[in-house]
Amino acid sequence: MLKVTSIDKGLVIDHIPQGEGIKIFHFLNLDKVKYRVALLMNVPSEKMGWKDIIKIENEISMNLDILSIINDKITINIIEAGKIIKKYHPAIPKVINQIKCKNPRCVTSVENIQNQFNLINKKTKEYSCQYCEEIIKLNTL
Amino acid sequence: MKGKKLIDPSDLTTTEIEDLIKLANQIIQNEEKYSKCCENKLLATLFYEPSTRTRFSFEAAMLRLGGKVIGFSEPNSSSVAKGESISDTIQTVCCYADIIAMRHPKEGSAYVAANASTVSFINAGDGGHFHPTQTLTDLLTISNLKGRLDNLVIGLCGDLKFGRTVHSLIKAMSRYQNITFIFISPEELQVPDYIKKEVLEKNKLKYDESTNLEEVISKLDILYMTRVQKERFFNESDYIRLKDMFILDLEKLKNAKKDLTILHPLPRVNEISTEIDDDPRAAYFKQAKFGMYIRMALILKFLGIEVD
Repeated sequence: MLKVTSIDKGLVIDHIPQGEGIKIFHFLNLDKVKYRVALLMNVPSEKMGWKDIIKIENEISMNLDILSIINDKITINIIEAGKIIKKYHPAIPKVINQIKCKNPRCVTSVENIQNQFNLINKKTKEYSCQYCEEIIKLNTL
Repeated sequence: MKGKKLIDPSDLTTTEIEDLIKLANQIIQNEEKYSKCCENKLLATLFYEPSTRTRFSFEAAMLRLGGKVIGFSEPNSSSVAKGESISDTIQTVCCYADIIAMRHPKEGSAYVAANASTVSFINAGDGGHFHPTQTLTDLLTISNLKGRLDNLVIGLCGDLKFGRTVHSLIKAMSRYQNITFIFISPEELQVPDYIKKEVLEKNKLKYDESTNLEEVISKLDILYMTRVQKERFFNESDYIRLKDMFILDLEKLKNAKKDLTILHPLPRVNEISTEIDDDPRAAYFKQAKFGMYIRMALILKFLGIEVD
């Protein structure tokens, strides 16, 4: 069986639905960092059947609540001195800045301004662009 | 309302709209009284895309109040051509003008500009998004010609997808009692989902959709026609295919109510046949004149000028 060693300090993103790990890996730009990262795909899981896991040997400054748009059952474990000191599921964020508006007529397509999407429906994960009010339904990154 | 910024119609309460309509009517009754009240005040009209009517009506409004006007009517004649951001342009213009009216082709540009502005700001249309002063024009017209802003069946016909006047009007009228909308458009140009969800369904408003103007015209108190705008299409063949589908002529009008009010934000291309211009139900040129008066009222209120 493939084994990946535990980490001393950093975080483990667990219970990622199978196939979504690679998207989170790219979304967090983990292919460009200078610290150790492990992306585990197709890991057997009692609860999920198959799952992906990402282990990151560093702190991440970004608010990871955005991962809830994939699945709010994803678990984020914060590791200090080899032990889990905090464990939580990402909460649906009220505001998202990390994605771009796809409406070609939106002002964010021509002006150098930060995107902002505001949650309008928690159940359907629908967000509205602060600028053009385009509605997007988020279920993947 | 002094120093206020107007991005979309809901930035104004229904009471503020009533006040504006009241003031516009006072101006209509005694224009001379208001002819010098904006002396020493400067309006900047920043038009990033062509518009004759809206720009003229803003400029005419300010000039008739005794004020002065600066601005540009196409961005190539300003620093915008050098790549200046909306925010920088607005901050600079704020150094010179007392109030700004801006039209921009991108949706949400008014929000960016209003945030950057330190003086009163009026959205004169941001792409296919909002056009609040056209909406105020429509409200003044409906209020004066119908005598009410509630209990109306309003038909909106033509380009309901990109037509910003339509979106603004729906949002504004949704705040009045017992309003029913009938949307008449080709499937390709239907009212966008965000208006249906955020405005209509949220406020439990009655609405119906049709692709046939003739079938529904008898139900309407107001028929709001819109132009299928060429500049909103990505390809010309779609424009040519759709532009003539919803033309109002005397034949279609024969089943309409005797007191129907026909409105159009203008300019029209051919969506209202000129044979209708002499029909007493045609109100679109009156509407254009109301547009200037409501902008006069808006400028006065936003500048905090009161006339005894």
